[in-house]
This record gives sequence, structure tokens and C-alpha cells, in this order.
Amino acid sequence: MPDRPSQDVLRLGLIVNPIAGLGGRVGLKGTDGAGMAERALDLGAEPRAAARAATALRRLAEAWPAGQAPPMLICGAGEMGASAAVAASWPHEALGERRTRTTADDTRRLAVALAESVDLLLFAGGDGTARDICEIVTDHLPVLGIPAGVKIQSAVFATSPGAAGEVAARYLATSARRTVEREVLDLDEEAYRAGHVRPRLHGSMRVPRGPRLQSRKSPAPAGDAAAMASIAAEVEGLLEPGRRYILGPGTTTRALALRLGLEKTLVGIDAFEVEADGPRLLIRDAAEADLRDIVRDGPSSIVITPIGGQGFLFGRGNQPISPEVIRVVGRESIIVLATPGKVAELAGRPLLVDTGDETLDRELAGHIRVISGRGERAIVRIESA
Amino acid sequence: MNHRPGPTIHPYIPNTIPAVREAMLETVGAASVDELYAAIPAHLRLTRPLDMPAPLSSETELRRHVGGLIDRNTSTRQLVSFLGAGCYDHQVPAVCDEINSRGEFLTAYAGDPYEDHGRFQTLFEFASMMGELLEMDVVSVPTFDGHQAAATALRMAARATGRRRLLVNDHISRDKLSRIADYCEPGLEIVSLPTDATGQVDIDELRSLLDDSVAAVHLDQPSFLGVVETHGAEIVRLVHETGALAVVSVDPSTLGVLAPPATWGVDIVAGDIQPLGIRQHFGGGHGGFIASADDPKLVMEYPTRLFGLTGTSVEGEYGFGDVAYERTSFAVREEGKEWVGTAAGLWGITAGVYLALMGPQGMTELGERMMARTRYTMERMAEIPGVGLPFAGGHHVKEFVVDFNATARTVASINSGLLARGYLGGADLSGTFPDLGQSALYAVTEVRSQAEIDGLVEAIAEVLR
Amino acid sequence: MTTPRAHAIGPKPSPCRFHQARWDEPIIFEHSVPGARGVLIPELEDGIRERVGSPADALPAGVRRVTPPALPEMAQVNVLRHYTRLSQETLGVDVNIDVGQGTCTMKYSPKINESFARDQRIADLHPLQDESTVQGVLEIMWHLERLLCEISGMDRVTLQPPSGSAAIWTNVSMIRAYHASRGEAEQRDEVITTAFSHPSNAACARTAGYTIITLQPDPVSGRPTLDALKAAVSERTAALLITNPEDTGIYNDEIDEFVRVVHEAGGLACYDQANANGVLGIARAREAGFDLCHFNLHKTFSTPHGCGGPGAGACGVTEALVPFLPSPTVERDGGRFRLDHDRPRSIGKVQPWYGSAPNQVRAYAWIMSLGAEGLRQVAETAVLNNNYLMRQVLAIRGLSAPYAQGERRIEQVRYSWKGLADDTDVHIDHIAARMNDHGGHFWSSHHPFVVPEPMTLEPTESYSMHDLDEHVAMLNAVAEEAYADPDTVRSAPHRSTIHQVDDSWLDDPEQWAVTWRAYLRKHSTPMEASSDEPAD
Repeated sequence: MPDRPSQDVLRLGLIVNPIAGLGGRVGLKGTDGAGMAERALDLGAEPRAAARAATALRRLAEAWPAGQAPPMLICGAGEMGASAAVAASWPHEALGERRTRTTADDTRRLAVALAESVDLLLFAGGDGTARDICEIVTDHLPVLGIPAGVKIQSAVFATSPGAAGEVAARYLATSARRTVEREVLDLDEEAYRAGHVRPRLHGSMRVPRGPRLQSRKSPAPAGDAAAMASIAAEVEGLLEPGRRYILGPGTTTRALALRLGLEKTLVGIDAFEVEADGPRLLIRDAAEADLRDIVRDGPSSIVITPIGGQGFLFGRGNQPISPEVIRVVGRESIIVLATPGKVAELAGRPLLVDTGDETLDRELAGHIRVISGRGERAIVRIESA
Repeated sequence: MNHRPGPTIHPYIPNTIPAVREAMLETVGAASVDELYAAIPAHLRLTRPLDMPAPLSSETELRRHVGGLIDRNTSTRQLVSFLGAGCYDHQVPAVCDEINSRGEFLTAYAGDPYEDHGRFQTLFEFASMMGELLEMDVVSVPTFDGHQAAATALRMAARATGRRRLLVNDHISRDKLSRIADYCEPGLEIVSLPTDATGQVDIDELRSLLDDSVAAVHLDQPSFLGVVETHGAEIVRLVHETGALAVVSVDPSTLGVLAPPATWGVDIVAGDIQPLGIRQHFGGGHGGFIASADDPKLVMEYPTRLFGLTGTSVEGEYGFGDVAYERTSFAVREEGKEWVGTAAGLWGITAGVYLALMGPQGMTELGERMMARTRYTMERMAEIPGVGLPFAGGHHVKEFVVDFNATARTVASINSGLLARGYLGGADLSGTFPDLGQSALYAVTEVRSQAEIDGLVEAIAEVLR
Repeated sequence: MTTPRAHAIGPKPSPCRFHQARWDEPIIFEHSVPGARGVLIPELEDGIRERVGSPADALPAGVRRVTPPALPEMAQVNVLRHYTRLSQETLGVDVNIDVGQGTCTMKYSPKINESFARDQRIADLHPLQDESTVQGVLEIMWHLERLLCEISGMDRVTLQPPSGSAAIWTNVSMIRAYHASRGEAEQRDEVITTAFSHPSNAACARTAGYTIITLQPDPVSGRPTLDALKAAVSERTAALLITNPEDTGIYNDEIDEFVRVVHEAGGLACYDQANANGVLGIARAREAGFDLCHFNLHKTFSTPHGCGGPGAGACGVTEALVPFLPSPTVERDGGRFRLDHDRPRSIGKVQPWYGSAPNQVRAYAWIMSLGAEGLRQVAETAVLNNNYLMRQVLAIRGLSAPYAQGERRIEQVRYSWKGLADDTDVHIDHIAARMNDHGGHFWSSHHPFVVPEPMTLEPTESYSMHDLDEHVAMLNAVAEEAYADPDTVRSAPHRSTIHQVDDSWLDDPEQWAVTWRAYLRKHSTPMEASSDEPAD
């Protein structure tokens, strides 16, 4: 599906979060929260987001096919884009006023201004920036992150600024534009500063599909979307009538809901029951007390997928599935889903649980079968975090 | 075994030179090669040398032994062969052998489009020339053989339609049928599609078997028993009416005279490329192909690679790459994946060379002349008392059934008599098609001369006397 | 010994100043000259023509082809030259140091074996010839089976599968038949494999309808763990399909325990010996307790890869599985060899006839030329080469070999360029393309990447120390360049047959072109209308 009607001149949006990445070098672990950017600057942090955005633009220009008109760049004024465009010698149109101090609101305002008029939105920042943009843009606008922040948990970023330029060029220069849905994650920075890694799923955006490799001798396995659909098909076949299922957050569990015709929240905990005429949604965005009610009467299962690169199964972003709920359901009724890509990323490392109940964490530890596709399982270890 | 004073320096193993070994061991910091095997526990090691004959180290010794074994064979160059049944004695142009002997092609494997540009181009050209022969825009790189190509085409059809029953023509090679059955298990049901007295698909039976559970109908053109199907368009119309797909296996050597199945509206065509410039190799010269229209819905179902033409960063340069690489992202393969592996790349290149040498005129003449030689052989055979030709009323390109039941002789005994006279008689059907009794499938290609055919007829008459 | 004088021609640089052949060959249709002929076929004799006329003319409309196929029309020498040039634009083992296609065992295929395979008394045999006329080839097959039985320790071997993947499929079919014979086909619906086993194991078992359970590597040792296996086995286990050493080159030293655990659960243990080259004559399937195994003759036993086939597989089984072997088998009765088709419990044929005869002949000749001592030399040298190469490769900036630190590897190593990618933003596809500029290459193995930015090198026994040094010099040159001048690496290749492929058409149904006719249909512009104005 083409993402928007083609125009004569391609339009590329750019948002630079000037304060992204400031905290990293001075040990602040991110600049979310009032006053953090100032503190970082006081500590001697040097802005680097604009330089990284410029690198992406330069690579975009290099990768652009000769003879094809380059896209028109529309960006924020000053440090929010224009200075990167100037550094990369890219003609541009700047929106808004130049500011010395920017906030998340500026990012969101600029995203609103760009959302309706560009073919692709590039942004330079970190997970916080991604979260801000995610609040604004819809499925119709493809977005790609230039990694410039301290925390890069979300899958909406290219592997490097240069790669972002290449992917953007490839995406815009061809008529066959493919996007994939990717999760936007962020850590709770307060907790992060205190030394806890707690990724939370905030939503998803569509990003251009990355470059591919040519040198394999057999067709590639399914992409992520297909892998999730394949997992969904498998789980559907395993559902038992009369049983209640708690669905954790994530695109993988949502793909299952989609297949079952249920409208699931992406970041919340939902639950459904399999009735004679099919699955019926019991609750959306459940609180812990709701889940306890649900598991109390009759057999129930938890369908869950690890969130983020650390492979947390319980205790990160799904806290309503409390130790009490897990105990009632029982370990044998926990259904873990993960795409082959996610399993590979673990590279043999265990899935982590931090339910807040150390005894339960120890009981959950051990090997578990993870559903990774139609007729596919991976044996993965669970460990107490 | 000869006693040798020092370690053997193997010509195939450069680093058997003791000094080199020492230097390499020093680099890796090991006292002996045995140290490098530290991960293999003692109880899993073989504690004795392998028990096998002493090596034939020199080429002279090796040639004496292997050449001696090979000399015990008598090939179709010494015998006049009327064997076919899926493997054929066609003219193999010398250029075909020359190209598939080139070390670059022979010893390359799965390099990328830069390392092996030539391989990509030849296989793209193979697909392109097959596309012209078949009048279809999408052709796979070579698969293992025609049997597997048919099985894969049927699985593709089942996925594309979401249905589970396959109607398969009953005048099919028994080995091919068993391969289809094996490959389509579990999940797909195979139903036999009967043939009428003329050796063609029984249209009434087809009509009664078709319903909305049928994923695909498969037939061979010509049939395994050599009969040309003349109701193709009508069959395809009936198949399409129920929403099923038509899958046809075709012998590409017949397509100079026979209309390509695409012209009847067939959805997926499969077949074997052995007739296209590849020697018989005791049955080891096969390669398959799968072809279809350029319909994205079908393209997404190919389990094989598809090489596509594209440009490069330099004007006027051809490049190649895998088309629809992430094919599975379009359609989830709930019926399971298929496996792909090292198939028949070299034979694909060879078939491409063959088609380029033959050209449109060559393929047309090939078909016309095989038909004439086959018809001539049939007419001559019919002159022999007691010999019947059950499907003689139909059209035949290069194969036909000969019925010896009235002679009260077995095909085996007749063939044995023919062998004594220097002929390889047709394939014995008595085991695989018991309904036909003592019948044989004769193949007559463009290389069988009138003298050889006349000689065969005389020899059969003699054997039956 | 003499040394060149100072003013003599200087020494060759390392890596060498490679440039790939670049003939700018048109697509073959563009060579076409109307009327040209590449080859003629025998004319019909008068006796035939007079008697039957032209039977093709009797074909009904719609059955007879209307337009001749639009194949190219070329003189013979033009066809030959076109293909010879394209062959030069292809690198095989005969031409380059082909250690980069790790897991493929790209070894030397001796030329004398070609002459056997191409002898007309092999190449021109029909598979249905009377057995009395094919005693030589049957004897070769019979003896090759015995040799492979000894090498694996198994009781019988089939040579029928046309490739390694087909051999795995054959083994899976036999596993299914075995359990069916015991009434357990329904119950045993799971197959266990490991993340670093060859991926065809999972694919074949999945095609056969099994649920695949994949054991993940231990993050330190890289090996699958017994604990994970114990968590995986049950009364539903049909089989374990496992490669050893795995594609990392790491040997599973508990392999017999793995087999025991699977046997205790009632499953079969099947050994993928795609990586057998390092253990020939050292360790066998039998001693580890396996029920089935398979070899790739085009890997371990030197038959050429042929641009992707024909390959050849061989499956070995213990006595309990013999009834299920593909039909026919080759049997010896006294001095005569025959094909035994009377095998009621057989899984049937897995190839139209008896497998890839030319490759069986080549493999037989190769083994016979080496003997037991030679095979052991093959294995030892492959392992020595690999560890020598690893020592050199790990000195290259940005390269590492994840897992099993400090351990030796068997015959290959899966390396990671992650360090270099993190440092320079140059990735494996760039590096692989730049390797082409040096006449080398590697392919990036299998998705999903468990080892990030992977490169698997398998030096086999066929490359000299100097060859290996040269390959290291290439890799090192590319790595150093990635740090110094990353754009040159990212824009590679520069000295190959072609430049960077624009893959934008390849995923677009409106633009992709799998055949020339599709290309013309999608990408031809109508000829500009010629001007009616007379010239001058």
C-alpha cells in the first residue's frame, strides 16, 4: 500500500531534538524531565544530535540515485533541524521559530506541523524523542530514527546515523515503499538513573524496511510481521474453549488478538475468554485487581512476549500481571511468544523475570518452550533478574 | 600395502608437507594436530584406522581401477536405445558439454551477484529462454527434477487456494506420483483423475470430481504414456470454474510443436530439463522448473529463488538479485515451509546453452521430426503380428505404448532378445501399469535413424518368431 | 637459490591486485541475428517423410504451437563465446581461494574424477537399461555404500538423495516411517534441533509436518545444553536432528549423552554430517550412538558444487531403519550386482532414479585415491588450516569469534564483524562486496543472525598456507580500509564485473523481471514516432 499519494517533489521531514544525547557523556542517563538538559549543559555536555543528523543527510545525499530529483527537506528551525541541513549543505525549508532551549512540546508541535506534508519523517534523538513523535503521528506516516540519544531501546532507529541516511534514500528513491511496524520503547529514566533497566512499551510506528543482503543461497525467512502472524496462527490452534487468556503488551501479542478479531491495546494488559462461538474480549487495559478476578474462576493462561533487548518476561511494563496472578495461573499455563528474530537476539541469554516476589522468580526459573512460529518452538531459559 | 619411507605428500592436500605443518602448528601454538581435537572426548574417537582398500594414489592406478569398472558398462552409444519414461537420449550439442565442463561454472556455488555475476546472468537467461518456450513471464531457477517440480507446484497451488484436494492424472509416472504423495503429506489429499480409452483425461470424470475442495488439477503433457492431451483448454475452463488451479507438467522438448500450456490458460507449469542438452547420466541428469504468469499472488508462493534483472550504479550495466526476497512476508505459510537446497544449477546453465543453440527453428524442427520418427516407428510396429498400439488414435510426439499381450511373451523376455541384437527395447510397464499387461513404453527421439528403427522392427519380429 | 637483484621486477603485493573479468555481456537475446543457427539436428530420411508426411500438421488447432518460441538465433561460436565469457565472470574453487562459503566445504574437485564422470559409459547410460549392461556403475554404487558405511559406522547407506537437504528430507521420511511402523506416528510429532545446526534440518522436518523445537546455545560455550534437551524431550519426540560440529565449528562433547536422552524418550537420533570434513576417520556417527546420519558428497567427498547442483547426498542408517531405506537398493549376489525394488516398507524414491550417478562416481574415485590414511589427512589438515586461519583472522581489527573463547575449533568458525560495524558503520554486506574487489568473498550465512554481523570461514584441506595468508591479507586490507576510508568499502564493489546493484525493482511487482520477456514488457518505452519530415 502506498503510504501517501505521490507528488512531483518528494518531501522529507526532519526533527532534531537538540538536547538528545546530552546526558550520556556526563553520566546523566538521559535528558527526560525538567531541568535535566540544563544540568547536562552545565556539566559540559556538547550537543551532538545535529551533527548526527547532518551525517545522516550527507549519507542520504551520497546514496541518492544520480539523475533523480532529491527530496525537499522540511525541518525545524535552528537546532531543531536547520543547522543540521546547513552542515550537510542541503537546501531546506525551516518551520517555526528558532529557540535556544527546547522541550518535548517543541518536538510534538513540529511533528504536528510535518505530519501531513512529508513522505518520510526523520528524527534525531533517543527513546524519549521517539515517544514524543509516536504520540503525534499515525500509521500513515513512515518515521525513521537517527540514533542520537542516550537510550536507544526502540526498534524505530537505524543502526547508525549513516544507515539512517541510506535507508531513507532507498525508501524515498524507489516506488516500492515497504514499511514495517516497530515498537517504541522507553525506559523509566528515574529508575534508570537509579540503576534499574525497565523498558516500557509506549506504542508503535511504521518505519521503512531496512536494506537487505543479497548473498544467501536460499530465500529469507519471514519478516517480523509474517513471523508474528505465523505465531498467531499457531496460538489460535492451541486455544481451549472455556479458558481465559491474559494478553501481555506488545506487537506480537497484538498480532494474536488481531487474528482472533479482538481489539487489543498495544501497551496495556487485556484478557479474553474462548467461548463456544469464538473468543470474546473480557477486558482491555486491565488493572491488577481485574486480572485477579479473571483468573479466580476457572482455568486461565497468560500469553506474554519479552519486551526490549534485555528479554524481560515479567516485571517490565506488565506489572498488573502480579505474583498473585501468576501463581493462580501456574507456570505450566504461561505461553511465551517470541519471533525467531527476538530469540536470535537473545543469543542464548536467558529471559528475565522480576515479579517483585523473589520466591516466585525462583519458581519460574528453568527452561520453557517459547512459541516462535507455526510449528516452531525454542527452548529458552528463564532466570530471576 | 606399500611401505613408504616418509609421510605421504597428497597432491590434493597442499599442507601435508611436514615443514609447512610444523610452521602452522607453531603459529597456532599446538604441539600436534591431535591437540586441536581436544574437544572430542576419547570415548567418541575411532581408535583404529578406517578399514578400506589401500589408496590408489597415482592417476594411473586410479584410472586402472575406476576405468576398469566403467568399462563394464555398455552405454546408449553402443546400444540403440528406445528407452525414455522420463529420461531421454537426445542430441547433446558439444557446446553444452564444453560449457558445463568449465571449471568456473563447475566449481562455483552460492556466491553473491558480484562474485558470480556470470552465474546469475546464465540462470536468468535460462529462465528467460524457458519463459519464451513456455510463454510465461516467471520461471524458477532449476529445482531438483520434474517430479519434485510437480510436487512443489501442487503445494504452491494448495497454498494459493487454501484448499486441500489434488486431482492427479492417472497416466502419470508411478515414481512421480509417489514423490507427489510423499511431498504433499501431511495435509493434502491426492485423488486419481481417470483417463479415458484414448489415453487422455476423462472429461466426464473430471467434471464429477471437481468441487470447491479441489486446490489443483495436475496432468502431464504429453502423458507419461506418450499421448498428447487435446482438450487442454476445456479442462482448464472446468478447473477454473470451481476456483481451482490448473497445473501441467510438460516435456520442454515437445514445445516446438505443442502449444505451451499457458495458451490454454494453465496457471502453473512444471517439468524436467533433462531433454535440453543434458546427458542421461544413469538418471542423474535431471533438473526441474516451475513457471507461471507474473501474478504476485503466485510469485509469493515460489519456495525457490527467482533471479531478477535490474540496473546497477553504472549506466548500461546489468545486475541481478533475488526477486521478492522476503516472499513469506506476504503470505504466512501456515501449511509449513518448503525446503530448498543445492538443486541443479549446472544443468540449468546447460539447458540455457541448449536453447540458445537450438533457437526457434531448432526447437520447431526437433518437435516435428520427433513426431515423424515416432509415427513412422508406430506404423512399422503395427506391421508386426501380435503387436498392438493401444493409444495409436491419439497424437504422439516421442513416446507410445506397445502392447505385446497377444504375443504371449513378456516384455522382459522380448527386451532380453532385443538386447542380444544390440537394441534397448522400451520401458517395461507390466509392473507399474498392470492393467496394460505386457506392454512397453517406447521412446523415439530425433537421434533414432530410419535404419535403426527398421532394424528394431526386424529384431522384434525375429524375437517374436 | 637466487634472489632477484634490486633493479629487478619487484615482488608481488599481498593481497594481489585483482580485477574481475568484465565483458559487459548483453543478455543473450540481444545477440540474436534472425536466421542464425547454433546447431542442426538430423534431417528426416526420405523413407520416413514419404511414409508419414508431417504428423505435426495433424495436430488440432489449439494443440499445435502457433508461433515458434522467441528464442535467440545465434551462430555456434557466438553462443560459445557468450557463455565462456559469463563463466569467466564467475569464481569457483578452480579460480579463487574459496574459503568464504563456510558450511559449504568448498574443496578441490580432482580433474581425473571429471574424466570418469563424463565417460560416455557413465554419462550415456539410461537408468532402465538391463542390469547386465550397467554392472560397472552398480558395482561403484555398491562399493561406495560400503566405504560410507565404514566412514560412518552405519549398517546401510542410500546414495539416492540429490542433495544434502534432500538427504535430510529422506532421513525425516524414514523417521516418520519408523514411528508409523510402531504405531507412534501420531503421537511423535516433534523434532528437536539446535540453533547452530544446519537450518535445512528444521525446514525439512517442518515440511514433513513436525513441530520444531530449537535448543539455544549456551551464551558462553556456544553449545546446546543437556538441560535444555531434557526440557525438550517427551513422549512426543520423534527425533533429534543435530549437526556436530555445529556451524560455529564447536564440537558438542556431550553428543553421546544427547543421543542417550533422546533414545530414553523413545526418539531417534539423526546426525547431520554436513560438517564431517574435520572428523573423517576421527569420530563417527556409530560411536556416538546415532540411528541415522547423512553426508553431502558435494561437500565432504569433493564432488563439485556446479553453481548450485547437481549435488548428492548419502544417508546412513542402523539395522532398525534399513527396511525404510529408499527403493531400490543396490545388492550383490555373488559376482553380480542388481537393483532391489522389492522393498515393501521403503519410503519409495526420493529422486526419479538412483541419485546423481556422476557424483557417486566422483566421490568413489576420490575416496579410493586417498584411502584411510588420506582421509585422516584430509580431516587433520582441514582442522589445522582452520585453526591456523582463526589465529590470523582474530588479529584483524573489528573481528571476533563469539563463544568458546580459547578453545580450538574443528573445521570452520563463525566470526562476527560486530566490532568493526560498531566502530565504523561498515557492515557485512559492505565488507563482502569489498572482498569481491580482491577476488574473495563470503556469504553471510543464515537469518536470523544469532551471531551478529556473521562471516563463516571454512578453509577445508584444499588451500595452502600461502592461500590462507593471502585470504587473511584480503580481509585485513578491507578491515583497515573500513576504518580509514569507510565510504570506499560502503560503495564497493569497484573492481568486480559489475557495480552496486540497484535492488529497488526486485521487490516491486510492477518492476521486477524474472525473465527477459517480463523485462521488455515492464520496462520498454514505446519507440518515439519517427518524424515524417524527409531528411535534408
